[in-house]
Amino acid sequence: MVEILQTPLTDKIHQARQKLDEHVREIVAWHFDPATGCPFWLERATGWDFDPRKEIGSYGDLSILGHFQDEWLRGGPVRRWVPKALADRPISVFETGGSTGVPKSRINIDDFRIDYEMLSDALPDESFPRGRDWLMLGPTGPRRLRLAIEHMAQHRGGIAFHVDLDPRWVNKLVRAQRFEELEAYKAHITDQALTILRAHDTLSCLFTTPKLLEALCEKVDLKRMGIEGIFCGGTEMNAQFHRFAREELVPGVEFVPIYGNTLMGLACPRPFDAEVKDYTITYYPPSPRAIFDLVDPEDPEKTVAYGETGRVMLTTLTREFFMPRFLERDEGERTEPIDLYPWDGVSSLRLLSSLTKTVAVGVY
Amino acid sequence: MAKVSMARVPHIPLLRSGRPYRSLEVRPLRDVVGGEVIAEASQASPGMISRDLRDMDQACEALGGLTVGRLLEICREAGRRFAEDELPLGEDRQGPEDYVRQLSATTAMPQSMVRSNVGKIVGALEGMEAVLGGLTRGLDLEILDQGWGEQDGRRMSYLRQSRSLGAVLPNNSPGVHTLWLPSIPLKVPLVLRPGSAEPWTPLRIAEALFASGCPRQAISFYPSGHAGGNQILLGSERSMIFGDQSTVERWQRDLRVQAHGPGWSKILLDQESSENWPSYLVLLAASVGANGGRSCINASGVWASNHGLELAQGLATRLASVPARGLEDPEAELAGFSDPEIARRLSQMIDDQLEIPGARDLTAELRSGGRVVEVEGCTFLVPTVIWCEDPQHPLAQAEFGFPFVSVVQVPESQLFESIGPTLVATVISDKPALREQALTCAHVDRLNFGPIPTHQIAWDQPHEGNLFDHLYRQRAFQAA
Repeated sequence: MVEILQTPLTDKIHQARQKLDEHVREIVAWHFDPATGCPFWLERATGWDFDPRKEIGSYGDLSILGHFQDEWLRGGPVRRWVPKALADRPISVFETGGSTGVPKSRINIDDFRIDYEMLSDALPDESFPRGRDWLMLGPTGPRRLRLAIEHMAQHRGGIAFHVDLDPRWVNKLVRAQRFEELEAYKAHITDQALTILRAHDTLSCLFTTPKLLEALCEKVDLKRMGIEGIFCGGTEMNAQFHRFAREELVPGVEFVPIYGNTLMGLACPRPFDAEVKDYTITYYPPSPRAIFDLVDPEDPEKTVAYGETGRVMLTTLTREFFMPRFLERDEGERTEPIDLYPWDGVSSLRLLSSLTKTVAVGVY
Repeated sequence: MAKVSMARVPHIPLLRSGRPYRSLEVRPLRDVVGGEVIAEASQASPGMISRDLRDMDQACEALGGLTVGRLLEICREAGRRFAEDELPLGEDRQGPEDYVRQLSATTAMPQSMVRSNVGKIVGALEGMEAVLGGLTRGLDLEILDQGWGEQDGRRMSYLRQSRSLGAVLPNNSPGVHTLWLPSIPLKVPLVLRPGSAEPWTPLRIAEALFASGCPRQAISFYPSGHAGGNQILLGSERSMIFGDQSTVERWQRDLRVQAHGPGWSKILLDQESSENWPSYLVLLAASVGANGGRSCINASGVWASNHGLELAQGLATRLASVPARGLEDPEAELAGFSDPEIARRLSQMIDDQLEIPGARDLTAELRSGGRVVEVEGCTFLVPTVIWCEDPQHPLAQAEFGFPFVSVVQVPESQLFESIGPTLVATVISDKPALREQALTCAHVDRLNFGPIPTHQIAWDQPHEGNLFDHLYRQRAFQAA
C-alpha cells in the first residue's frame, strides 16, 4: 500500500476541492429549482432525460451538461438569465468587449461587488492605501469595470474618478488601420487622465490597460504624481510587459496584473517575488465562485498536464449566473496550485493561437 | 508567439540605442525546409519602441560627434567586416557563411543569391562617398559637419529634419538594406524593424558598423510585430516602409514616410527594337529573373510596339527552361517561398485572372507540370510569362515576387499612356520624341535610356525618393 505524503498544501488542495464540490451542488440545486432558477436553465432542463440536481454531485459531474455556448449570451431576452428568486432585485446587464461580434450579455446583481471585494482583500494596503482615491482609466460604458472599480474604491474608503474608453471604437480603428486616429484617441484619453491626476492629490491608486499605462508613462512619472499602486488588465498583458512595467514604466510602484472578464469575475495573480524576479504571470480563478481547467484544444474533454499549453475552460458558479465549462478564447500553461490559491492556475495567458489573426486588440 | 525559450539556438536580441536587450517575448525563426527552429528573436513592444524614441537626442549627439569623413571611413571598414568577419549574433558569433546559410534557411533565397546580395551591401558601404555624392548632388559634406559653408561661391546650410530614421524592413532581398545605409554617414540614427524572417542582414550590418567605430547609440533594432512597425512610423519624424501595396498605401499621404511598395518595373520597346527583339532577349530575361524576381526593380512588364506575341513566346521559351533547384545549389536561379501556402495562393490568383479574356500563360503551354513545384523540401513558383492582348487586363499590371512578366503590345505612340506606376522604366529607343515622352511621364521613377537591365543600379542615383532630401532641408542662411 502506498503511503500518501500529506503536506499542508495537499490538505488545502483537498479541502478546496471539497468546497468546490459542495458549491457545485448548491449552485446546481439553485439554478434547476423551479422556485429559484432562471428560465434559461429551467427550460433547457425540460429537454433532458436526467435531473441535474440528482446527477451532478461534484465539479467533474458538470461534464454531463456539455459546454456552455457563448451564442446563448448574445441577444435577448436577457431576463431569461435572471433567477426567479432574484427577480425583484435591481438588475444590471454587463457586456463583453465586443471584439468578437455581437457582445455577450450577463446579468448582474451583487456578483461584481462580491468579486471586487474579494480582490480588494488580496491587495496590499501599503501600496493601495485605504481611504485614498482611485483613477479608473479603461472601458466604461456597458462594461462591469466602471461600477466594479468604483465599488472597490468605495469598499476601501476611497472615491473613484473615471475616464471613458470605448474599446469598440478602438477595435474599429485598429481593423481599419487608422493609426493616427488611434493615437489621437489615446492622447485624448491620457490628456483627461493627466488633468485629473494634476487636479486631485488624493489619488494613489490606478486601474488601466497596458497600452494606456504606456501612453500615460510617456507623459508623466506616475510615482511622482503620487500613484502608489496600479492594477492593470487586458489582452496584451504578458511577462515582458510585466517586467517592462516594473523596471521601466513605474519602478517603485506596486504593479498588479489582473485577469478579469464579464463572464468569470476576477482571477488573482500569483504574488510577485522581487527576489526571484520571475515575471511570468500566473492567474488563479476565484474558486469556488469560478474555476477553470486547461484543456486540449482539439479534445476539450482532456485536461492537459501541468506545464502544458491548453485552452481555458471556464465554469462560473454563482447564484446569479451559472456557466458550466465554457471554452474561452484564451490559452495558457496549466499551473500547479499554491498555498494562497490551492487549485489550478494558468500561466502566460494569451489569445488562443487560432484566433490571433482575427481578433483586433487595441488599447487593451 | 512562443513563450518558451528554446535551448541553444542563437538568440537575436533587441538593440535599444545599441544596447542588447533580451526580451521575455521571443519568436522562433524556422528553416523553411523541415521547420527546424534555427534561432529565436526577442520581440519589442510598441510601448518600448515609443519610449526609446524619446531618447534619440543622445544618439544624435553620438553621431554628430563624428565627421562625415570619419563616418565614411567607418562605412568602408564595415563593408569589409560585413563580408569577411565573424561578428556578434547576440551572445553567439556569426561568420560570413553562417550568415548566408541562416538567411537562406529562413527566407528561401538560394545561398548563391544571398552571396551576390552581400556584394551589393559591401558595394554600397565601400562606395558610400559616391552614394552621398549622388544623393546630395555633389555637396561638400563638410557643410553637414559645420552646419553651414560655402560651395561654388554660395553659402549653404542644411537642417536635419529628424532625430532618427525609422525603417520598417522587408524579407524579400538583402540588397534592399542598402537604401537606409546612407543615414549613418548623414548623421541620422537608425531605428530598424526587420522583416520577421530576415533579421540577419540589418543586425549584421549594425554589428559591422559597431566593430568599425560607429557609436552603438546610433542604431536601434526592434524585431517586432506589425504594431511595432507602425509605432516606428508614427513616432519617427522621418521613416521608410517597405511592403506590398496594401501596406504602403496607408502611409503614402504621410510626408514623413517614404513608402517603397511594388515596382511594376517595365521595359518599353519602340517599333524598331520590337522588331529586333531577339537581340534583347538576354536583357529581358535577366530583368525579369535576376535575384529570383523578388525585387521591385525586376521587370514585371514588357511593352512592345509590335511583334509582341513573338517576343512573349521567345521570352517564355527562355524563362521556362529555368528549373527550380535546391537552396544550396550554386546554379539556383529561383528563390523559394518561406510559406508554401502563399505560393499556392499566388498561383491560384494568376489562374483566376487568366479566366478573364485577353491573357494567356505561354509558359504553361511549354512545361509539363504546374506553376507550383517543390524541390528539396522548398516550394517555388516557376517563371511565368503572360501574353496580354489588352493593356487594361489585370495581369498587365501585376507583380508577384517571382519571375513573372506580362508582355503587352501597344502602338508606339501610346506606350506611355497606360503604363501606370512604374518604378524603373527601361526605354529601348533612340527616338527623341519617345524619349521626351519618357522624361515627362509622371508614372516613371527611375528611367533608363537604352538596353540597361531594370535591376542594374547606379549607386550615385537616388532610389524612389532621395534619402538626403527626406532627412535634410536646405535653409536660407546669411552671415555678416
